[in-house]
Amino acid sequence: MAKRIDVSGLSAYYSNHKAIDDISMTVEPRSVTAFIGPSGCGKSTFLRTLNRMHEVTPGGRVEGKVMLDDENLYASGVDPVAVRRTVGMVFQRPNPFPTMSIFDNVAAGLKLNGMRRKSELENVVEKSLKGANLWNEVKDRLNKPGSGLSGGQQQRLCIARAIAVEPQVLLMDEPCSALDPISTLAIEDLIGELKARFTIVIVTHNMQQAARVSDRTAFFNLSAIGQPGKLIELDDTERIFSNPSVQATEDYISGRFG
Amino acid sequence: MDITPTDSALPPPSRGSVTRIGDRVFSGLARGSGIFLLVVMASIAVFLTIRATHAISQDHANFFTSFEWDANATPPVFGIGVLIYGTIVSSVIAMALAVPIAVGIALFISHYAPRRLATPLAYVVDLLAAIPSIIYGLWGAIYLVPHLKGLNLWLDEYLGWTGVFDKTDPEGAARSLFTVGILLAIMILPIITNVSREVFRQVPKMHEEAALALGATRWEVIRMSVLPFARSGIISASMLGLGRALGETMAVATVLSASPVLSAKLLDPVGGTFAQNIAAKFGEASPFGRDALIASGLVLFVITLLVNGAARLIIARRKEYSGANA
Repeated sequence: MAKRIDVSGLSAYYSNHKAIDDISMTVEPRSVTAFIGPSGCGKSTFLRTLNRMHEVTPGGRVEGKVMLDDENLYASGVDPVAVRRTVGMVFQRPNPFPTMSIFDNVAAGLKLNGMRRKSELENVVEKSLKGANLWNEVKDRLNKPGSGLSGGQQQRLCIARAIAVEPQVLLMDEPCSALDPISTLAIEDLIGELKARFTIVIVTHNMQQAARVSDRTAFFNLSAIGQPGKLIELDDTERIFSNPSVQATEDYISGRFG
Repeated sequence: MDITPTDSALPPPSRGSVTRIGDRVFSGLARGSGIFLLVVMASIAVFLTIRATHAISQDHANFFTSFEWDANATPPVFGIGVLIYGTIVSSVIAMALAVPIAVGIALFISHYAPRRLATPLAYVVDLLAAIPSIIYGLWGAIYLVPHLKGLNLWLDEYLGWTGVFDKTDPEGAARSLFTVGILLAIMILPIITNVSREVFRQVPKMHEEAALALGATRWEVIRMSVLPFARSGIISASMLGLGRALGETMAVATVLSASPVLSAKLLDPVGGTFAQNIAAKFGEASPFGRDALIASGLVLFVITLLVNGAARLIIARRKEYSGANA
């Protein structure tokens, strides 16, 4: 259920502005890769190129290749809608569908994929909510609106919604930045469990979080404001935080940079 | 502990008194405007009720069920049966035609059209709202009525069996409630379109991205995120349109061939509406006849209030699920 991501020579633009420049990297299946770097370095933009969400922004366009195992997501004839069904995404602010119940939120993606049978839906919804460590908290109020949950619960609901369709890859764009420390811990534990099933890429501003949850860490940087972001280095998380091979990385993680 | 003026977040007293005068003036003005509005509302309601009860108490026919309107006669006979029917039927036709089209146009402008097409299109829709209703009336009477002949014949032939689209005189002019409904639909299209479009624009990006990231197509994004979020806004927009349709006077008076006949056959040139009846009869009405017309106006007023109240109920009941608390 998890695939390798192989990016080569990828640049992304907002109209004429180049946001990220010539990025190449490999993300191993069933691992957690964290993207760190200063604001504006393009790590979120890069994340959004991995499920073709970048081009949703007006003027957004991408050059280069993203291989999911042996399929190029940017080959001509590839339907971005189909890509997004295999590469799930969790956003910075929890965004359950406010008009849908908890159950319908989790079932939303399944219904898009044409699953209609009630018993089948119930099975997958329960399994996904359990997978997101939310089942015990919501099993008695599945028909209540998802917007009535706490922020941390909403974010886990969004994770349940994303994993319900069994994606190959799960992208997370600062999933804890709007949450309190307890909820953050719950999500981090969950990420540890989910990596057994999915390839996970997470953008985070919190370096302790990157150190805690990820196997590999990628450091992005930009040479000046207005310049495109670049991948500085990608290595095992332990190595990045103890003995990075590039000086800029060390400056950033030790807070000497700014 | 002494609190000196500099410790306080408020400005020191010397300047504070100046601000306080401004404060008082402003709050007085605001309160005054609010009270003024209530007074205006109340005086309209009182005026309508007093004059209306006076007229209805002298009515020698059943005010609510009789069809004839002859308030100048002795004894006066007048009833709103035809007017209530005509007003509601023409407005329902207008809504049934206008709401889906308006929502479609609004979605096209906000979510489908490229920017260079969306802007002029939105402008054209705005222009539609700027046309005076008498112009709509003239256009309706001179252009729309003769050009609807084909549609009327077609409806009569293929849907005549429903009774509703059966036309007594297939060749007769189309100065009917159905034509009025079409005209009203065009007239209320801009207001529904504009309000819906604004609501569609306000759908938070993150709700749309939630659907997109699940692999929703554009239509599925609209169905999952945009329409549910905008539902109460669409209802409000429709109510604004309905308000205009219920009260529209000149366009209806110009197009409709009014007569005190209540017919289920929508294509027949008969019937009337509250506003049209008032406009047609007010000029030659006696003082008592005016009171009778005011009584019919009161009923229109009450209908509009009920419609708005119902809309608010619908919106309030769905509040828990609306996007507002997300």
